[in-house]
Amino acid sequence: MAELNVPDPKGGGKKVRSKKMNAKVDLTAMVDLAFLLITFFMLTTTLQKPQSMNLAMPDKEKDAKGNDDKTNVAASRTLTLVLGTHNQLVYYKGQLKEPIIPPTVTGYGREGIRNVLIEQKRVVDQAMGNTDNMPDSLRKGLIVIIQPSEKSLYHNVVDALDEMAITSVDTYAIVDITPDDLKLLDEKGLN
Amino acid sequence: MAKVKISKKRTSVDMTAMCDVAFLLLSFFIMTAQARQPEPFPVDAPASTVQTKLPDSNLATITIGDSTVFFGVTGQDVRIMMLEKMGEKYNVTFTEDEKKTFSLIEYFGVDIKQMHSLIAMSASDRARPGIQPGIPLDSANNQLYDWVLNARFASRTLDAKKENPTKRDLDVAIKGGKNIDYPMVKKVIDILQRQKKNNFYLVTGLRNEDF
Repeated sequence: MAELNVPDPKGGGKKVRSKKMNAKVDLTAMVDLAFLLITFFMLTTTLQKPQSMNLAMPDKEKDAKGNDDKTNVAASRTLTLVLGTHNQLVYYKGQLKEPIIPPTVTGYGREGIRNVLIEQKRVVDQAMGNTDNMPDSLRKGLIVIIQPSEKSLYHNVVDALDEMAITSVDTYAIVDITPDDLKLLDEKGLN
Repeated sequence: MAKVKISKKRTSVDMTAMCDVAFLLLSFFIMTAQARQPEPFPVDAPASTVQTKLPDSNLATITIGDSTVFFGVTGQDVRIMMLEKMGEKYNVTFTEDEKKTFSLIEYFGVDIKQMHSLIAMSASDRARPGIQPGIPLDSANNQLYDWVLNARFASRTLDAKKENPTKRDLDVAIKGGKNIDYPMVKKVIDILQRQKKNNFYLVTGLRNEDF
């Protein structure tokens, strides 16, 4: 390790030695510094490029013509997430008027909505007879409708989209919140 | 048997080679590293597990703060053409020098009427927080709509002039702060959808699935 060239105190100060300078410089500190900088630059360059998630929104024009997909879809396949305040959301399955699963408040993440999504995906896949190696066009999987309220935060929406990616839900869309769902949020105290 | 000699080995190792390697790597990383541009409006993006990389080129970024929106696009020629088109629309003329300076600005967030004074500022002044108030995007004066539209137009026109055009539409990335209200993001998404841009990227940080 690093050597210190301390003059020997016992060595008798009288003799004048011809100075034999050590030609080798101790490079340890220099190497330390170099590796520190390397680490720094490696970390900063790899973290430089931001991650992103791809988002495709439903075409608005198609909506106006009234032939969008979600009107023709079985209620048993749709799960609606209404995003409210306090990092909480309400989910229900089917239509709000006659829900298959009544509106329930939960949170985001592993303890919250994820288990619901995994479970519902399994239920729908079973009911519709989906298999893993089916082409996408034939699959009739779970459809998740995400309705962010005015009060929800941007990271709530990203969290919800992230859950879609984690649980690999077949179809999902972000749509505007409906008055009925807004009322539902009011009832649950999340607005 | 002879005396067992305890060989006195030197403990220090020759560091020269190691030092050489370390500095070689160091210079490599310094040269490949891209200098981080000073951001006039730093935002804390929300985290996600999805790891789609953002495209390097042909990308427009809309940065959203609490109530301010910034806009930036890659490619200096695209920027110049976009500025020319915007100038035509809003009756602002720019000199060649101003266009040149504008093409070096990564992001901006001012009314087009104030673009002259923004261009006249030094780069460090531009990056100071609070200098740029954001691009107007209310329905009466929706400049963000025109910026995106003209950026797409410029990117398409310049692409068509190339020898082998990619015919790829300008990608749009939305970079929003974690805790901004969703209606603000929705406003921007609506602006994009009004010009039939239904596909875009959301810039996010990284996290694992255990949250």
